[in-house]
Amino acid sequence: MASQEESSQPSDTLTTLKTESETLKTKLEEERAKLHDVELHQVAEKIEALGQFVIKTRRTLKGHGNKVLCMDWCKDKRRIVSSSQDGKVIVWDAFTTNKEHAVTMPCTWVMACAYAPSGCAVACGGLDNKCSVYPLSLDKNENLAAKKKSVAMHTNYLSACCFTNSDMQILTSSGDGTCALWDVESGQMLQSFHGHAADVLCLDLAPSETGNTFVSGGCDKKACVWDMRTGQCIQSFETHESDINSVRYYPSGDAFASGSDDATCRLYDLRADREVAIYSKESIIFGASSVDFSFSGRLLFGGYNDYTINVWDVLKGTRMSILFGHENRVSTLRVSPDGTAFCSGSWDNTLRIWA
Amino acid sequence: MPVINVEELTDLDKAKMEVTQLKTEVKLERAKVSKCCEEISEYIQSGADEDPLVKGIPEEKNPFKEKGGCVIC
Repeated sequence: MASQEESSQPSDTLTTLKTESETLKTKLEEERAKLHDVELHQVAEKIEALGQFVIKTRRTLKGHGNKVLCMDWCKDKRRIVSSSQDGKVIVWDAFTTNKEHAVTMPCTWVMACAYAPSGCAVACGGLDNKCSVYPLSLDKNENLAAKKKSVAMHTNYLSACCFTNSDMQILTSSGDGTCALWDVESGQMLQSFHGHAADVLCLDLAPSETGNTFVSGGCDKKACVWDMRTGQCIQSFETHESDINSVRYYPSGDAFASGSDDATCRLYDLRADREVAIYSKESIIFGASSVDFSFSGRLLFGGYNDYTINVWDVLKGTRMSILFGHENRVSTLRVSPDGTAFCSGSWDNTLRIWA
Repeated sequence: MPVINVEELTDLDKAKMEVTQLKTEVKLERAKVSKCCEEISEYIQSGADEDPLVKGIPEEKNPFKEKGGCVIC
């Protein structure tokens, strides 16, 4: 964090600072409003509407003994890692539905898991307040837990984790209100990100072409974009009315979507520095737990607590489709690396592949 | 690289950080929403033809298609 350049006045009491905060927030909104000349769906009026299409469940992955909380795709577009309330982390081959590896964590509620870019390791954590990395062995009989490496240590639960562009660094977010960047080999914290006023629930790394930034969302209803090298918050957005459960960068890196307990998903453009679209319907009253874009960014898939998945036309703001199948909350959702399918995980203990 | 120890921050520290942060954010260079939306639109349109979930892919090419022969539901 930059050292305080302005000299501390004795009159810099909490009250004066809070008032200054409020004034600045109003000014921020005014500056943003000056450039708000149109809504995204208005720009999209001239675009052809999407035709009807059919997406259905192609595979159901059964094996977890309790709620599935998180999942991630391997870069090979066929393997998946998932984690559950029962403490198990499973690696699946999504084409065949076979389980390739299984690890039992020493804690329950493994809320976060991620596949390493090389495909040779997975990271996971949850109520143990840590993020651990397990190298995946080709030997099915080898006990994966023996090679476990503890990397991150937070002071509250781990809510999300993600490898950066290599297997060497991991980004984490936590119920302790912070995010952090860690060196996997040494377990050293390289940078910490402070600015959320409550639990951080989710994060997403910007596409590599856009540089070293990531976005996080939290229980303080804020979404923050961070510079990974300096630890600075670059931009923040506070338009949701409840916890932000999921954030996902738009494929070009110029925008990101969020899903919240306020039953809406929203799109924020980073260059306009504001919310440009809101995906909601009066009939949707349950929170959105996870969001992801289709390959081109035309579709936004949202998993909801009412057991459904809503498919949104990103440009027009309309709902294209509603997908049924899960028998409990959808807790996690990711589109495959090449966009041919997406996977959803649920509190009904299963994962489904849709295509 | 400097690392902030959250536990050691006082309420006053946090309030100062918030004000500094907001001052930086107010000064950000912003683009017009209409321009940004046009760019989003163009980006999507250029990629939409290769988006398998938008255009659909023929069953033979779909790696997740039902396997031929007996299908166990």
